Amino acid sequence: MAHAPHGRPPRVGDDAAVRRALIAFVLAVGAILVLAPLVVIFAQAFRLGIPAFVANIAHPDTRHAILLTVLTALVAVPVNTVFGVAAAWAITRFDFPGKRALTVAIEIPFSISPIVAGVAYLFVYGLQGLFGPALQAAEIKILFALPGIVLASMFVTAPFVARELIPLMQAQGRDLEEAATSLGASGWRTFFSVTLPNIRWALLYGVVLCNARVMGEFGAVSVVSGNIRGQTNTLPLHVELLYHDYNTAGAFAAASILTLLALVTIVAKVLLERQGAGRVRRPALAAPLPAAALSTAAALSPAEGAKP
Amino acid sequence: MKITLDNVVKTFDTFRAVHGVSLAIGSGELVALLGPSGSGKTTILRMVAGLEYADGGTIRFGDRDATRIPVRERGVGFVFQHYALFPHMTVAGNIAFGMKVSKLRRSRAAIDARVAELLSLVKLGGLGGRFPGQISGGQRQRVALARALAVDPKVLLLDEPFGALDANVRRELRRSLRDIHDALGITTLFVTHDQEEALDLADRVVILDHGRIVQEGTPQQVCRAPSSAFVTRFLGDANRLVAEVRGGRALIAGGSIEAAGVPDGRAEIYARPADLEWAREGAGIAARVIRVMDRPESRRLVARLPGGEHVELDVTPETAVDVGDSGVVTLRRANVFALA
Repeated sequence: MAHAPHGRPPRVGDDAAVRRALIAFVLAVGAILVLAPLVVIFAQAFRLGIPAFVANIAHPDTRHAILLTVLTALVAVPVNTVFGVAAAWAITRFDFPGKRALTVAIEIPFSISPIVAGVAYLFVYGLQGLFGPALQAAEIKILFALPGIVLASMFVTAPFVARELIPLMQAQGRDLEEAATSLGASGWRTFFSVTLPNIRWALLYGVVLCNARVMGEFGAVSVVSGNIRGQTNTLPLHVELLYHDYNTAGAFAAASILTLLALVTIVAKVLLERQGAGRVRRPALAAPLPAAALSTAAALSPAEGAKP
Repeated sequence: MKITLDNVVKTFDTFRAVHGVSLAIGSGELVALLGPSGSGKTTILRMVAGLEYADGGTIRFGDRDATRIPVRERGVGFVFQHYALFPHMTVAGNIAFGMKVSKLRRSRAAIDARVAELLSLVKLGGLGGRFPGQISGGQRQRVALARALAVDPKVLLLDEPFGALDANVRRELRRSLRDIHDALGITTLFVTHDQEEALDLADRVVILDHGRIVQEGTPQQVCRAPSSAFVTRFLGDANRLVAEVRGGRALIAGGSIEAAGVPDGRAEIYARPADLEWAREGAGIAARVIRVMDRPESRRLVARLPGGEHVELDVTPETAVDVGDSGVVTLRRANVFALA
């Protein structure tokens, strides 16, 4: 097989023509689908020069949209982080009825269209909805206000942190926590000194992805926010609004901020993955060398024994 | 600290892992829980530690009922099968962890001194700054031991302490665990499925099968007088021959052996390879050699008896024998158990 006659390719699928065609195809499609729009966004945003770009960003409505988006993230991301850690902990450490159902339920926001989530919130908190009359009587405004935007964003991003943590915590098992407890550590101490340091990269990764999605969410937020300019318009909604106003430069300026955010997220993701991978790989690297390492130990121990 | 288990029971869902186990471990004793996988030995160890709670029965530490005391307050040192070292802490950090989280406040200098003392006790001086991922399996095991000892436990519990190590490292660590136990005099209970390890290391061996104690005693007692066919098989290689007992002797075609106390009727004979003798001719069971396996200290023959059974026997390295040779096998020593 390795030395096939008549110059046939030594490995399956390693045909030069196939290789070239495949690479060319992927590069071309990637450029058209991904790269071109990215370039256009920045080109359009700066088409009228930097001063115009700054003026567009500084417009009160745009500034308000940015502020609202940041505010939403500041609430939704921490809440979902705590929820994600709690859910991952519960699923990987405890046995309880409904555990499978919870595992599946956490995934639902991933598979459901955000617009459906938005409409559902409308029917839960809206005037004709489940809690609508009660909320109105108590003068609590959820829809077409910040709480609705935050709730919809949280629904859409609920799985991000838990999904990163569950496989990792499953693989790690309970041993480390049991060891810490047997050494006398309290529950909190065990969590902060032992559990958290071992999941930190996956956790940060989940938080970064969650944040990117919260800031970029359009569908669900669009339904529950009511698109009130300068009041309940988040950045993605604002981009659409400007675009429909034929303010192309403004729309692209706002869009460029979201894009920049996405690029930062990707860089952070790559860096975190590298950190996380390093953590995982280090013990595995040492594992195949016990004989070599042991001879060092053998060499060390007599010297150590001689010292005292 | 004396440990007493009285009729301890543990059930997981519908599976009963431990059936009413009663056991007393004397203060300062080194005891092995020995059994095949699924025999309940690890569950018993975890119940003594407080990592699992018994469904029934009591566990006493000295005169105190410890059955419901959580692991955090039970004062045990536990060495996990895969060590469970904290990967993000150095070796010294791992060992110091128990002292740092303790209610008993210690100065930083006191902790450092104790860590250094423990490192030299387990012969790892100079490795305090390494991370668990940077040391060998045998070294990790010793760190786990030092970490467990750091909290001055009244009882030391080890779950398959040498399970993941190669044979030479095992032997070395076994000796050093024995030395440390003798130096500290701490009551120690360890779990193993390796009979050689249990017999080598322990003052007393407790043999378990299907969640029950089947025999306990010193290594000498269990080796010389195994109480059942299971114990005999589990402690080492044994040939099984079916025999007929009449008047205190077990009879097989071509031989017989003493079977005092075994009732008349069908019985099984267990004989170790070293308890069978090989001869070219003479009285005994006719046999034909079908394989010869050479070992550093002996030659092991696999021979076929007239009934078709295979037996294994060890002969001295000088014995000249080849595949196909015929001869006779005699029983020098054996254990006989009645067949139900």
